[in-house]
Amino acid sequence: MSLVDLATTPLRELNAALHQLPPDTNNTQWTIRNPRGQHAIAVGIDAPIAVEIEGHVGYYCAGMNQQASVTIRGNAGVGLAENMMSGEVRVTGDASQAAGATAQGGTLVIGGNASARCGISLKGADIIVQGNVGHMSAFMAQAGNLVVLGDAGEALGDSLYEACLYVRGEVASLGADCIEKAMTEAHRAKLAALLAKAGMNGAVDPGAFRRYGSARRLYHFKVDNVSAY
Amino acid sequence: MCGIAGLFLKDEKHGKALGSMLAEMLAVLSDRGPDSAGFAVYGKPLAGRVKLTLRAAEESYDFEALAGRLAAQLPGEIDLLTRATHAVVTVPEAARPQAEAWLRQAAPEVSLFASGRAMEVYKEVGLPGAVSARFDLPAMTGSHAVGHTRMATESAVTTAGAHPFSTGPDQCLVHNGSLSNHCALRRSLAREGFTVETDNDSEVAAAYLTWQMGRGLNLGAALKAALQDLDGFYTFVVGTERGFGVLRDPIACKPAVLAETDDYVAFGSEYRALAGLPGIEAARVWEPEPATVYFWERA
Repeated sequence: MSLVDLATTPLRELNAALHQLPPDTNNTQWTIRNPRGQHAIAVGIDAPIAVEIEGHVGYYCAGMNQQASVTIRGNAGVGLAENMMSGEVRVTGDASQAAGATAQGGTLVIGGNASARCGISLKGADIIVQGNVGHMSAFMAQAGNLVVLGDAGEALGDSLYEACLYVRGEVASLGADCIEKAMTEAHRAKLAALLAKAGMNGAVDPGAFRRYGSARRLYHFKVDNVSAY
Repeated sequence: MCGIAGLFLKDEKHGKALGSMLAEMLAVLSDRGPDSAGFAVYGKPLAGRVKLTLRAAEESYDFEALAGRLAAQLPGEIDLLTRATHAVVTVPEAARPQAEAWLRQAAPEVSLFASGRAMEVYKEVGLPGAVSARFDLPAMTGSHAVGHTRMATESAVTTAGAHPFSTGPDQCLVHNGSLSNHCALRRSLAREGFTVETDNDSEVAAAYLTWQMGRGLNLGAALKAALQDLDGFYTFVVGTERGFGVLRDPIACKPAVLAETDDYVAFGSEYRALAGLPGIEAARVWEPEPATVYFWERA
């Protein structure tokens, strides 16, 4: 097990050490103390390791993550797990804006609330938020799932492509081309699997959610609009 | 990009450390705003006396001589505290209009840019750490304070363009963002008799709040009105004699983190700025919602 105290170890040194881990590393348990809101902690890991961060982190924590399982015991700043490729990122508290932005794979679990633009341009990852999400969440999201146990702010799913959105609470408003869709047995099963992945197996009723998706009117070219180009 | 730091102490426990806490916060926010820095510190409100904060171009300016000339004009005692390019002159409340008029007329080389029963304001061009040290911020005490580190966008890097802006007694504002309707608002305020001294957009926001509070609104209500009348990007932190307010624009363009303990409320543009505060590990830390007024007032 590696214990890194960011009060004494420079952040670049920690990130360099994480980047140098070979794919078959035995050094699979990392604990990071005193993050003190620093930016870009544990960014760019590509190894099957577990990283525990004890405290609040700044911007872009666990960005571009591959394979690793990163847990933050505190809040996270802007761009948590942005462009994650695989693995898992969990934050026990709140996440600031653009959590999971452009993430292509893996799972992001937010224990508290996420601010605006959660899952913006999502490209395949699964995001499960136990609290609320802010305005313009899943903006232009292309693939993947956003599950919100609380409420969603204004313009949810604006200009949405093929990502699936599930919200249990109130939705302040839907963005352009985002509509409510029928929740079938297949969707409930898919949602149950997502909740299980987030560690809420059986604790949350998938039947209590509503499903939202793209009306597909915006991203297909309409010949009537040809003169606009 | 700019950095904002604010502290509102709920009791006297950390009063003696107010300046050192704010100085550390501003130093951390240096990379959000290395052009200039400034802060307003609120002490115990004086009874029957008012502090006038003056600023000169050079540290060598003879504030002693100026205070002597001013004293000759006014009834009652005056006090002088000089810190680098700034001086705080304390005058009897009744003599305040006379003192202000005389300073404006007889000493145009100094800027009288803040006044109040509790507030002193300091700002200069330079790295935040250097500005704090220059004015000896770590030694300052009080009940609440607001600070700013500036990366200029809408007007030049000058001391006059540094924050906080004070447009009314014991009122100050710091701003991260840029307003898009500040010219129109400036003209409206001019019709109401408010002169905004610099071409800075943030000073217009300060004057707007002063105008609203002058119409009888408290700080919380004035901030609520600002949501209707100000257009652009903003995170504001505002201080009054007894109050402390935070407001973000409806799309929350600029970052903000609040922390609250039994002892204090703290604001930082980023959590990093709060990381050194006493008891922060146990504080409630959250991101203020867009278009939502946060407001604390001492009884």
